[in-house]
Amino acid sequence: MTALSLNNLDISYGETPITHGVSLDIAEGESFALVGESGSGKSTILKAIAGLAPEWTGSITAFGKSRSHGIDRHFARLCQMVFQDPYGSLHPRKTIDATLSEPLTIHGIGSQNERVEAVMASVGLDRKFRFRFPHQLSGGQRQRVAIARALMLEPKILLLDEPTSALDVSVQAEILNLLKRLRREQNLTFLMVTHNLPVVSFLCDRLAVMRQGRIVEIADVADLKQGALREAYSRELMEISATHAA
Amino acid sequence: MTTTVRAWLIDDSPSSRLQARLGRAWRITGALSRNPLAVVGAAIILVLILTAIFAPFIATHGPLKQDLTQRLLAPGAANWMGTDELGRDIWSRVVYGARITLVIVAMVAILAAPAGLIIGAVAGYFGGWTDRILMGITDVFLSMPKLILALALVAALGPGIENAIIAIAITSWPGYARIARAETLTFKNSEFIAAIRLQGASAMRVILGHVLPLCTSSMIVRVTLDMAGIILTAAGLGFIGLGAQPPLPEWGAMIARGRSFILDQWWVATMPGFAIIIVSLGFCFLGDGLRDVLDPKSGEQH
Repeated sequence: MTALSLNNLDISYGETPITHGVSLDIAEGESFALVGESGSGKSTILKAIAGLAPEWTGSITAFGKSRSHGIDRHFARLCQMVFQDPYGSLHPRKTIDATLSEPLTIHGIGSQNERVEAVMASVGLDRKFRFRFPHQLSGGQRQRVAIARALMLEPKILLLDEPTSALDVSVQAEILNLLKRLRREQNLTFLMVTHNLPVVSFLCDRLAVMRQGRIVEIADVADLKQGALREAYSRELMEISATHAA
Repeated sequence: MTTTVRAWLIDDSPSSRLQARLGRAWRITGALSRNPLAVVGAAIILVLILTAIFAPFIATHGPLKQDLTQRLLAPGAANWMGTDELGRDIWSRVVYGARITLVIVAMVAILAAPAGLIIGAVAGYFGGWTDRILMGITDVFLSMPKLILALALVAALGPGIENAIIAIAITSWPGYARIARAETLTFKNSEFIAAIRLQGASAMRVILGHVLPLCTSSMIVRVTLDMAGIILTAAGLGFIGLGAQPPLPEWGAMIARGRSFILDQWWVATMPGFAIIIVSLGFCFLGDGLRDVLDPKSGEQH
């Protein structure tokens, strides 16, 4: 079944058009990556899907239902987002417990205590962190909290906006392993934005290469691993990524 | 016992919300107590509050008791700060005046700070026309000098302490609205606000639960610093005769009455003047100390 489908999506910020005719179909349980250089509009697509960039034409469909332009509560339970910067995505004056229970309060879900403990366990956060403030945690722990928060409402789709780029290399690996395990355990669908191609080959099944607001190519990750991307621009991006990694 | 309480407060991994909150309060208090000026300020405010509560026990005479045979006596053993032109004991009047000052300050803070906070946060969060209209109104109030506006309001409402409080509150909320708006704008587009919006939170929940808590520390600092100004404005209104009415022992009104004898009986005007200066200074010191501790830029550590 198609989890998420974008059809001819044109997003703009005010007068400035950002993307042009973006169409994608992501199957349930699939992990899909959007790659491209800065300013190619990949993060904007995530924002539009989440509801943070409400000026778009075209259609966004999740599990067969069209999405409205703003943020709505039903969509919130279906699809959540993990942000890039674990230092900026947690409220500095709220304990981890408060951050994690708030979505449950908003949606009137009971047995908060058990749910918070269960989610913390599933993202590998020790119970002792529960009543700490974000500044008492490391970057990796914060990102685990951010992932836990996104999972509180048991969404089917997770939007990941460069979830590891602000972290140390060793911590990056931990978070990537965590995401991989969570996806397997909870049958999540991932749509991930990154410009790190090794991350794509580790975590994703397919990828779309973007350039200046357009999708240049959609390919299987196997093609990426074999260096068999069709478009010249995609191969150029791969080479740049390889030189940076080396 | 004390060591276990302390260990519980500074525990690195608190086991309940209450413990986490008390721990934070403990760390802020600790930081505050290492700041000498803040301690002096807090001590002055504490003395003011205690004086107001226990005024009947501290005062040596009734604040309104006249004795025309004892008028305009110099400070001495019987009348520590002397007596005024109606033979009332100035020390007792200053002590009872603490109650009036405290009521004015507290009422203005209770009325003006939340109003300014909410108006500013709403304007900053929604932006657009909401912002323009609310900030337009704020600017209208800001464009007039505080004391003149308060004077006009009291003149229209009629002299008296309640009307003075209302007038001062109306003149002081726009400053708070401006601060709250500026604070709100700095983190309105931050990811933690986006994250809570994505959870489906209503605008009211975001503003009350997530925006306002981040504005409060700068607001507390600002309100504390403004207390001195509020006391001076209240005293100014009292001095002109538009604030507290005789025979209430309001410090500004007392100075006004002592003005006629300032050369020969200097203590009549000077003693309440000292009270005003000391209390204003106390609030300034405490406000400065709070700013050092609660400053959003260093707030991360607490």
